[in-house]
Amino acid sequence: MYVAVKGGEQAIDNAHKLLAKKRRGDTSVAELAVAQIQQQLPLAVARVMTEGSLYDEELAALAIKQAAGDLVEAIFLLRAYRTTLPRFCASVPIDTSNMLLNRRLSATFKDVPGGQLLGPTFDYTHRLLDFSLLAEGDHAGPQTRADARVEACPRVLGLLAREGLIKEEADTGAPVADITRQPLEYPASRAERLQALTRGDEGFLLALGYSTQRGYGRNHPFAGEIRVGEVEVWIEPEELGFPISIGAIEVTECEMVNQFVGSASGLPQFTRGYGLAFGHAERKAMGMALVDRSLRAGEYAEEIVSPAQQEEFVLAHCDNVEANGFVSHLKLPHYVDFQAELELIRKLRTPAKEQAR
Amino acid sequence: MNAATQPRHSPRESRDEAYNFAYLDEQTKRMIRRGLLKAVAIPGYQVPFGGREMPLPYGWGTGGMQLTAAILGAEDVLKVIDQGADDTTNAVSIRRFFARTAGVATTERTPEATIIQTRHRIPETPLHSDQIMVYQVPIPEPLRFIEPSETETRTMHALNDYGVMHVKLYEDIATFGHIATAYAYPVTVDERYVMDPSPIPKFDNPKLDMSPALMLFGAGREKRLYAVPPFTRVTSLDFEDHPFEVQKWAHNCAICGSHDSFLDELILDDQGTQSFVCSDTDYCAQRVNEGRTGQ
Repeated sequence: MYVAVKGGEQAIDNAHKLLAKKRRGDTSVAELAVAQIQQQLPLAVARVMTEGSLYDEELAALAIKQAAGDLVEAIFLLRAYRTTLPRFCASVPIDTSNMLLNRRLSATFKDVPGGQLLGPTFDYTHRLLDFSLLAEGDHAGPQTRADARVEACPRVLGLLAREGLIKEEADTGAPVADITRQPLEYPASRAERLQALTRGDEGFLLALGYSTQRGYGRNHPFAGEIRVGEVEVWIEPEELGFPISIGAIEVTECEMVNQFVGSASGLPQFTRGYGLAFGHAERKAMGMALVDRSLRAGEYAEEIVSPAQQEEFVLAHCDNVEANGFVSHLKLPHYVDFQAELELIRKLRTPAKEQAR
Repeated sequence: MNAATQPRHSPRESRDEAYNFAYLDEQTKRMIRRGLLKAVAIPGYQVPFGGREMPLPYGWGTGGMQLTAAILGAEDVLKVIDQGADDTTNAVSIRRFFARTAGVATTERTPEATIIQTRHRIPETPLHSDQIMVYQVPIPEPLRFIEPSETETRTMHALNDYGVMHVKLYEDIATFGHIATAYAYPVTVDERYVMDPSPIPKFDNPKLDMSPALMLFGAGREKRLYAVPPFTRVTSLDFEDHPFEVQKWAHNCAICGSHDSFLDELILDDQGTQSFVCSDTDYCAQRVNEGRTGQ
């Protein structure tokens, strides 16, 4: 008598137990605390918060622990949790001009008001494995002067805009759709596009941004300004009638200065691409800014020929939770569809066999 | 599990109070129900809806789960199948999800279920008018593999412009001598919209036509839902000289002897010895209970 090979409830339970065991690893090594992840893997936490669309460092760290370090899985965990949260209100737009900077640089001017502020960065490090990290140690950071102050840092692109050299970006005041509540429809508004890009996979945006640099939708980018720091979040509850601060979040903002456009009616101007991410996430913000600009091809009457310029292609495929889900579903049984295909291919091959005879 | 084991009916469980009934919040469920009403009013039309992130991966039934969550009541009896079987891993996972978050009774018996969530099959046992089928849909757009752009395909539906689909089917006949689509075979609903019936084998397509049960389709990743109301004409696309036909097997089910159900092929040994069994495990088990056998 044939016994079907099927999944059973017991097998599923056991698979989950095995996963928990693998996550824990060798029990003679101390268990990783969520606080350690939050403190010592801040860049992983930043990515999970950004693509998970939820600013909560502790929950992001928990997700990283639960996902055994698989960041796409951690992003998925955080998103699924986010679904269950009530929405109280939308914040007032954050004001990144007044952020408390810990890093700021512009590649377009040697010196800008406020100066360049390197802050913590991998840039200029030699990528040599530091074997001293095999042991534990304290890293106190550089000496600081008691009288050190960060000067006011006006936005670099604002300086260009004063001269009319760059396209102005004006807030139309129109209500902003929430793509996690309403389905994205094409063509999308820029606000919807930026939301999708912020949630989009860092690697995918990096690669697409890179493709524009290599000539697939080239748009001559300069890193006008990258700033990393804390901004206050304000909300304006209806019953109060005035805004109140509910705390501060760390963000990374990137504004690209791109090739200029001119027209019969106006003088040539630079254009810009915009990237914003939670936490310290420069690669993400830069990739996003490049892709944001390339997706504005239609707006600037540029020829749309490359993947990074095609809105549907980029927005429909940039979400790694969607992409990972659909790719991984190939692991689900497809006996029925495959059986249907088997029956079909055997039928299609029949005349060919007869001819060969 | 042996397919001949008596199918189970699990009574209502106490639900996990940490989540809202059936996981989604009431506002979201209401939004989905509004979408479903529109879908029923325009048979076969794809209604965009604000799909939520579910705690299961996209592509694993999140669309179907959201529809089930939106229509599920405390008195419902839920059946979940994947590839026709109640005990495949994903069907078990989804059934457990609703047993936990909604505390509803579940069953493996087709006639006892009020809601049947399915992936890739329609049960062999005929459905009745008190039942709702919920299909998990990966790609809701039947024209997607001909025209990748959503903007274009929406326009084609609006203009009733389905010529490319017939051209594709004709090219199949010209190349292979047959229409080379074995599952997710396109249908016309109520003589208007061309619809993807989800990746059910074309064997199941005739069961959609004039079915007394309400058919709901949910695509979570693509954020689309659509419906076939009860007693609606659903015709599979074909040509007069190449009429639509369903798969047939030269074998009977090795367990219950059925010669008219959809059979899964099994490879039993290194020599490739084949055996065929019913894909619908409940149908197969019922026949065994009635005393039918394979050999």
